[in-house]
Amino acid sequence: MADGSIGLWTVPLAVFGGAIRVSTPFLFVSLGECITERSGRINLGLEGTLVMGAMSAYGISYLSGSPWLGVLAAGITGALLGALHAGICSLPRVNDIAVGIALMLFGTGLAFYLGKPLIEPTAARLPAIDFGWWSDVPQVRAALRINVLFLIGVALAPILYWAFKTTRWGLLIRTAGESSDAARAMGHSVLAIRLRATMVGGFLSGIGGSFLSLFYPGSWNEGLSSGQGITAVALVIFARWDPMLCLWASLAFGGAAALGPALQSVGVTSGYHLFNAAPYILTLAIMIITCSPKRTLTGAPAELSITR
Amino acid sequence: MTTETADRAEAAAGVAPAADAGFLQRYGATIEYILIPGAALVGALAVFGMFVALFGKNPLDLYFYMYQGAFGTWFSWQNTLTRAAPLILTALCTALPAQLGMVIIGGEGALLIGALSATSVALAMPWAPPLVVQIAMVCAGVIGGGLWITLSGALRQYRGVNETISSLLLVYIGLAILNHLVEGMMRDPASLNKPSTREIGAANMIGSIPGTDVHWGLVFGLIAAFASYILIYHTVFGFSARVAGGNIRAARIVGLGVNKLILTICFLAGGAAGLAGMVEVAAVQGRTNANLAAGYGFTGILVAFLARHNPLAIIPVAILLGGISASGGLLQRRLGLPDASVLVLQGIIFVFVLASDALYGRIGFLKGKT
Repeated sequence: MADGSIGLWTVPLAVFGGAIRVSTPFLFVSLGECITERSGRINLGLEGTLVMGAMSAYGISYLSGSPWLGVLAAGITGALLGALHAGICSLPRVNDIAVGIALMLFGTGLAFYLGKPLIEPTAARLPAIDFGWWSDVPQVRAALRINVLFLIGVALAPILYWAFKTTRWGLLIRTAGESSDAARAMGHSVLAIRLRATMVGGFLSGIGGSFLSLFYPGSWNEGLSSGQGITAVALVIFARWDPMLCLWASLAFGGAAALGPALQSVGVTSGYHLFNAAPYILTLAIMIITCSPKRTLTGAPAELSITR
Repeated sequence: MTTETADRAEAAAGVAPAADAGFLQRYGATIEYILIPGAALVGALAVFGMFVALFGKNPLDLYFYMYQGAFGTWFSWQNTLTRAAPLILTALCTALPAQLGMVIIGGEGALLIGALSATSVALAMPWAPPLVVQIAMVCAGVIGGGLWITLSGALRQYRGVNETISSLLLVYIGLAILNHLVEGMMRDPASLNKPSTREIGAANMIGSIPGTDVHWGLVFGLIAAFASYILIYHTVFGFSARVAGGNIRAARIVGLGVNKLILTICFLAGGAAGLAGMVEVAAVQGRTNANLAAGYGFTGILVAFLARHNPLAIIPVAILLGGISASGGLLQRRLGLPDASVLVLQGIIFVFVLASDALYGRIGFLKGKT
C-alpha cells in the first residue's frame, strides 16, 4: 500500500466514489419527482429539465464566472419548465404522461439549440470538499473529493421525509395526491398545489442537471445525460415515494453507473457498453421484482395516473 | 365532460334540426380532428418564428426556407418522403398500443433491435439470392422489434410494470446492446473511426422506387399504415382492441382475452418499428452502427400523437414531420440555425398539440347549434 498501488481495490473504491459522484443527479431528480408525484401528478419531462438545467448552469457559470449563480439559474429554468408542465396539465382532458414526453423532447431540443455555442468554452466549475486529506493513496483522495451539492441532497432527503410527515405543506401535497376531492373540500385548489409541487420538482431537477455540467462529468455536450432523468423517475416508483428510500436507491444507482468506468480503469474493456447500461437494467429488474399486477403499489398516491 | 355529453345528447335528440347543423353533426368530429391539430401546428410555427426572431433571424425567411427544404422542389420532396418512411413505421409503434390505452414510447429501441436482427440475418446467409435475403431481413426486423416491445407489454400484463417507463428504459438497453455488438463480436475490422458491422452487400439493398430516389421503405410504411387501419377499424380483432382500450373491465366481462390482445398489439407495434430499422439498414446505411439511433423513434411518438393515433392520419403527418426534418439542412446552411432547431420546433408542436386536446367539443360553431 505504501507505494500507492492498490491493485484490484481500485474497482470497489471507484464504485464507492462513483456512487457519491454519479448519484447526485439521480438524487435531486428523484427527490424533486417525489414531491411532484406525491401531489398526484407525474412529470416524465424531467429528462428534458435535467438537460436544460445542465445547459443553463454551464452558460450562466461561463458568463458570470460564478458556478453558484449557474446552479441557481438551473433551478429557476427547471422551475419554469415545471410551471409549463403544470400549466398544460391544468387544462381539461390533457394527459400528464404525454405532456411529460413532449417536454422531454422540447427540453433536450431547446438545450441543444441554446447550448451550441457552449461546447467550446470552459466554465467555472463547482468546488469540491476534500475529505480524503488523511490518505496518501490518490484513488482514495479522488473518491473522497465530495461536492457540496451531494451533501445538500443527502440532507434534503430526511428533511423532505420529515416535511411530508409533519408540516402543513407536506400534508396538503399528500392530500392532493391521495384524494383531490378531499383537498377541494378543505378549500384548497388542487391545481395550485400541483403547480407548486411540479415547480419545486423542476427546481430540484434543474439543480441535478447543474451538477452534471459543473462538477461531474463537468462539461457541456449533447451526450451529457442519456436517460438519467427518466431512470430517476422510475426510481421514485420503486422507492415507494419515500424520500429516504430515494436516497438509498440513488446511491445504489450511482454505484451501478460507476461500474463501467471503474472496470475500464483496471483494463476490463469488453462489455463496456453493457456495464454502462447497468442503471437501466437495474431499474427494469427492480421494477419487475417489486411491481405486481394484482395490487397497486403500497405508498402510491391514489391520484397518480401511472399506478391506476 | 358532463357538458360535452349533454351537448351530444342534445344534438342527438334533434334540438338543432337545421340542415347546416345536420352537416356539422355528421362531420363535426372529423372537422374537429383536422381543424384543432391544424391550429395547434400553426400556433407552434408562430411561436417558433418568434423564437428564431429573438436570435435576429427573419421569421418569414424561416418559413420560406422550411417550405423550400421540405416541399419546394422535387429533390426536397424526395428527401422528405425518404424521411417520412421510417416515421410512419415508428409512429405505428406508439399508435397501435394507444388503441388499448397504452403509452409506448420505445419505438427507437425496437428500431435498433430490428436493424440489428435484420443485419445479423443478412450477414449469416451470404450465399442466398438477394430476394431471399431481403425477405429474411424483413422477417428478422419485424420479429426482433416485435419481441422487444412485446417485452414491455408482457411486463405490464404479468408484472404490473408501467409500460411507458419500461419501453423507454429498453431504448437505452437496446442502444447498449447495439454498441456492444457493433464494437465487439460483430465489428467489421475495417471500420476504424465509426465501429460498424460488415456491409450487407449492394445486391441485398432494397433500392429505390423506379424514377425516384425514394427507397421502397416508403411503400412498406404505406402498406403497414393501411393494414393497421383495416386491422383496427374493420376487423373483429381491432374492435376487441378498441373495446379493451375503452374499458378493460368491460372487455374482461364479455370474455375478451385481454392478455393476448395486448401482447399481439405490442408485437405488431414493435414489428413496425423493427421494420423501420430494417429499412434504414437495407435502404440507407447498408450496415448497422450507432448512426441508426437518429431519433426516428422519438419523432414517431410525436407523429402518432399529432395523428391522434389514427393509422391513416399518420401518413400525412409523417410526411409533414419528415419535411420539417428535411428542411433542417437548408435552415442550417441559409440561416445559420443549429441542427437542434428541428428538435425545438418538434417540441413546441408536441406541446401545442397536447394543449389543444382541451379544445375538443368546445368550439362553438362545431357544436351544431348555430
